[in-house]
Amino acid sequence: MIDLLQEIYSAIMRNKMRTAATGFAVASGLFLIIVLQGAGNGIIHTFEQNMGQFAFNAIRVFGGMTTKPFEGMREGRFIQLDQRDVDMLRRTFPNHVTDVLPSVSQDGLTASRGEFHATNVELYGTYPIFARSQAVEVLQGRFINDIDIRQCRKVMVVSKRTADDFFPHGQDAIGQTLNVGGIAWHIVGIYKTDEMSFNQANYVPFTTLATIYHKGPFISSLTMNVRGLEKEDDMERFESDYIRATSHIHSFAPDDRQAMWIWNQAKDSEQLNTARRILHTAFWILGLLTLVSGVVGVSNIMLISVKERTREFGIRRAIGARPWSIIRMVMLESVVITGIFGYLGMLLGILFCEWMDTAVGGQTLDVGVFQMQYFVDPTVDLSTCLMATAIIIASGALAGFFPASKAMKVKPIDALRN
Amino acid sequence: MIHLKGIHKTYGGASPLHVLKGVDLDIQQGEFVAIMGASGSGKSTLLNILGILDTYDEGEYLLGGTLIRNLSETRAADYRNRMIGFIFQSFNLISFKNAVENVALPLFYQGVSRRRRNQLAMEYLDRLGLRDWAHHYPSELSGGQKQRVAIARALITQPRIILADEPTGALDSHTSLEVMQILKDLHRQGMTIVVVTHESGVAYQTEKIVHIKDGIIERIEENLDPAKNPFGMNTQMK
Repeated sequence: MIDLLQEIYSAIMRNKMRTAATGFAVASGLFLIIVLQGAGNGIIHTFEQNMGQFAFNAIRVFGGMTTKPFEGMREGRFIQLDQRDVDMLRRTFPNHVTDVLPSVSQDGLTASRGEFHATNVELYGTYPIFARSQAVEVLQGRFINDIDIRQCRKVMVVSKRTADDFFPHGQDAIGQTLNVGGIAWHIVGIYKTDEMSFNQANYVPFTTLATIYHKGPFISSLTMNVRGLEKEDDMERFESDYIRATSHIHSFAPDDRQAMWIWNQAKDSEQLNTARRILHTAFWILGLLTLVSGVVGVSNIMLISVKERTREFGIRRAIGARPWSIIRMVMLESVVITGIFGYLGMLLGILFCEWMDTAVGGQTLDVGVFQMQYFVDPTVDLSTCLMATAIIIASGALAGFFPASKAMKVKPIDALRN
Repeated sequence: MIHLKGIHKTYGGASPLHVLKGVDLDIQQGEFVAIMGASGSGKSTLLNILGILDTYDEGEYLLGGTLIRNLSETRAADYRNRMIGFIFQSFNLISFKNAVENVALPLFYQGVSRRRRNQLAMEYLDRLGLRDWAHHYPSELSGGQKQRVAIARALITQPRIILADEPTGALDSHTSLEVMQILKDLHRQGMTIVVVTHESGVAYQTEKIVHIKDGIIERIEENLDPAKNPFGMNTQMK
């Protein structure tokens, strides 16, 4: 083996220029593919991050306004959701609805703490599983828990932005109180601000809010987690069935879709996934094309290399080299070159991605009402890098194999005459 | 050692060229033979067939009792490696290998360990007076030195037969004499040697001269005492 490597080393060193050219083709190819993939991932990650607040199997429902007269009642009636909607959902769609959770909200409140004030603050009364169902990311502290619900505690989970507003200069908001609507709420958690949303709700226990503001059986929205509705047709049918079922409770026309506001995040997420898949595929195609150009470069150079060495191979065969030993030597040579330079290119590509990550990654674009991050985590996972490197090395081996085995078809005497 | 019977060889193409038209030749172990003829006579083709570098169309070629016919390239390579030592007009050394590496190369293909083959290569270079040039590259050697390296390479596998194709063709007369002397010395030690040449001066240094003309053997001349003929030792060959 060492012998073989020595053979290869001397062959590689014999033509440094060509080795360098091959190396450059391979290294730049891999560098480009990794940087491209990294940039692509940056865009895809950004996409995901900015849309990250979607819960992918959740449907939220609000009461709407009727647009059709029904049973003597005129159109333009507000539909107020209440406990019956919750019970009905649980009863009627046990196969598709896994969780139902009602929420109450109270908006238009004023929040204050010392010299800081905020108006039009919304309190949002909910249950512990809301955090999971709506993908609320708690950064610090905790979300509402079952004891809060049972004991009607006056605890609150605020957004990071709210916390920063009222507790500037890095003060710890957890454990502090914030006065909202004349009631002192105890802050127990801080969640990650939804940069896409202007309205930053403050989460409090459902029972507490319902009690304080005398909500009675009325709720402002409900969230359901659904399953088995991956197909768009199924989803459409489910929505129609749901509206028809609800129409019996609230007495509106069963085909009046405006009577209920349905925010179907599951449907949105499907579209999002499609977009993401397209982006992903596009970047893969770009990357593969780059890879192909690298492979073509290597093949070309190996082709020329073998052609140039016809006479040398003739000599080797005359003194007793088996064809396979020469083919193996050429292949290994190619593998060594592509391997070393491919690794180098991969390393540089990864380094460049890391640099991009620190230089431009995570920068935010402030558009006033909300902030948007662009270029989040523009890096490539190692398995992709290794796969690309493996592909180029394997193609290097093939690029050596074909011209070499073709050269072996020539009679040794013809090779010597070359 | 070598038995040729009715060897025919035609080079194909638009106008096929019948190069060998039925060659019968026997070479015994320990013989020193020259195949002589004008250019185009088919002598090089004959040597290439003897060296399994080329194939023949008709006839029968036995090398050391083995029929050489329709061999796979792998088998052919093994026979060349173990039975034949080549000396070429243009030396055919590998330019990016130094003398000792060039000489050791045939043993590499036998799977001999690196240390052993370099040691053997040094021995053979020493025998040919090239110990001090062992680490020189071909471009740093004179023509005669290169041919001596090539001879060392041909000898290192202890082949059954040495095939030399115009071994002095690229050398001046003085160096040619040196190279022929080496071949004669090898012959004295019992080596079977076949030299192809168009120079009678070279041919008459051997003991048997096969005159070939237009693809057939014209006559075979015994030359039992090379030293006595006018082109013998210590004379100019050209």
